[in-house]
Amino acid sequence: MTQAISRAARTADLCLIGGGLVGLAVGIGLQRNGLNVAILDEGDVALRASRGNFGLVWVQGKGDTLPEYARVTRLSARLWPALAARLRERTGIDIELQQNGGLYLSLTEQEVADREAMLIRMRAAAGGDYPFRRLDLKQVREFIPEAGPEVAGATWCPEDGHLNPLKLLRALTEAFLKAGGRIANSGRASAISPLNPGFRISTPAGDWYCDKVVLSAGLGNRELAPQVGLDAPVSPNRGQVLIAERVRPFLHYPTGHVRQTDEGTLQIGDSKEDVGFDSGTTTDVMAQIARRATRMFPLLREVRMVRAWGALRVMTPDGYPLYEASDSHPGAYLVTCHSGVTLGALHEGPIADWIARDRTDLPLEVFHAKRFSL
Amino acid sequence: MPNASRFERLAARDDRWITVSVEGEPVKVRAGDNAATAVLAAGLRPSRTTAVSGAGRAPYCMMGVCFECLLEIDGVENVQGCMTPVRPGMEIRRQQGARHCENNDREEMSA
Ligand SMILES: Cc1cc2nc3c(=O)[nH]c(=O)nc-3n(C[C@H](O)[C@H](O)[C@H](O)COP(=O)(O)OP(=O)(O)OC[C@H]3O[C@@H](n4cnc5c(N)ncnc54)[C@H](O)[C@@H]3O)c2cc1C
Ligand code: FES
Repeated sequence: MTQAISRAARTADLCLIGGGLVGLAVGIGLQRNGLNVAILDEGDVALRASRGNFGLVWVQGKGDTLPEYARVTRLSARLWPALAARLRERTGIDIELQQNGGLYLSLTEQEVADREAMLIRMRAAAGGDYPFRRLDLKQVREFIPEAGPEVAGATWCPEDGHLNPLKLLRALTEAFLKAGGRIANSGRASAISPLNPGFRISTPAGDWYCDKVVLSAGLGNRELAPQVGLDAPVSPNRGQVLIAERVRPFLHYPTGHVRQTDEGTLQIGDSKEDVGFDSGTTTDVMAQIARRATRMFPLLREVRMVRAWGALRVMTPDGYPLYEASDSHPGAYLVTCHSGVTLGALHEGPIADWIARDRTDLPLEVFHAKRFSL
Repeated sequence: MPNASRFERLAARDDRWITVSVEGEPVKVRAGDNAATAVLAAGLRPSRTTAVSGAGRAPYCMMGVCFECLLEIDGVENVQGCMTPVRPGMEIRRQQGARHCENNDREEMSA
């Protein structure tokens, strides 16, 4: 009897393993499709990119070697305003989404030229529809008067933007719970056993039962995927980020390295380091990040740092996402990516619809893990 | 008197008095005091307003932990008053909202 009750309490139409930005966004999209959804996540101590990222909703340069990725990135950027509005309506939380364009500042002419060449190629691949501009320092200062004299130029894309990633995480969590979703911080899911039909998922706090299972466990997907006939070759890539005290607004557009939140906080990033599962900070890298930022914006020399952290990106070998349904275990799906902030609206929308309905117009084949073994 | 400070200076080591300026008014403090002490002695409350909502705040922990004592000291904003020893002639002002952040070196900017 007790067992029957607890089994009922741990049964859902669909379980997501992993409740970061990816799992939550897909989760509320599945609820929109009428599914009863549970999220199984770890406890207090876990690796979570969703709590340490930079908050950019970034388009320019994304997908330079894969036009389909450029397309889904831009689709997500276009879907963001409606999702932000829905989250606000449902939870009262303003995720501070701003999409007024962004600049990628460079300190060398060569880098500006290389980026321009890349964006020209992307424009051609997109059939001419790919808005961007190359800016010299004078033009940069029309956007950001405080840009320093060492700035060689920038690339500008009107589709770039940013948001507050922690408010986003909270808004998604509240929206998910309000719609009747369950989040079990029951620890690492270890085994996924196919039943006929459905799946049983073993966690330290007991087994869960569901018809469908979505792997959205970030770096944890590597171990989970093979259990349902999928492959998730993701590895950690560390980024360190600095936070400075709140100052009066001077930076009205996000840049690739420095952004100012609408509460005045400056976020300065970020490094790309291959250091395994170490999410710590190091003085030399923080110094490099600070030096680059003060060269771009000399006024930051006067500003005090208040915090720094390291967080691990979820990286595939080519940096592009993995969206794949299992052939051998129907009902099991893998959704994982870097850029989970940018892609959040794609996940809540078309990706969740694909999982709920088992069909999609998205070109998902290019995001299968098979590409790594070709 | 909402602004009357209950700050009371106990008889302590250094008994030399010096004068600092708090919001342009002279205030006498003891040589070993800190800038937050000076605004408390002056009865200046709130001594700052917060960066986001503009709520009033005043020195709280007096030991460098809470950052409630932020002041503008000699033209530098967001300085922890409780960690800044007074000097004769020190100019202390309230921290009003978020600090300004400006390029001091305009010549460099026009390079
Ligand atoms: C420094 C940095 C800057 C970034 N900047 C940006 C940016 O500007 N824009 C952008 O779009 N993206 C950015 N990203 C990337 C973005 O943060 C990630 O793509 C996104 O957070 C990934 O979300 P996730 O849910 O897949 O992973 P995570 O947040 O890592 O969540 C995975 C979850 O799964 C859980 N889990 C793992 N294994 C198991 C298991 N076996 N059982 C149960 N639960 C499990 C974990 O506890 C965790 O909660 C940045 C990342 C970093 C590190
Ligand atoms: S009063 Fe707390 S830090 Fe100064």
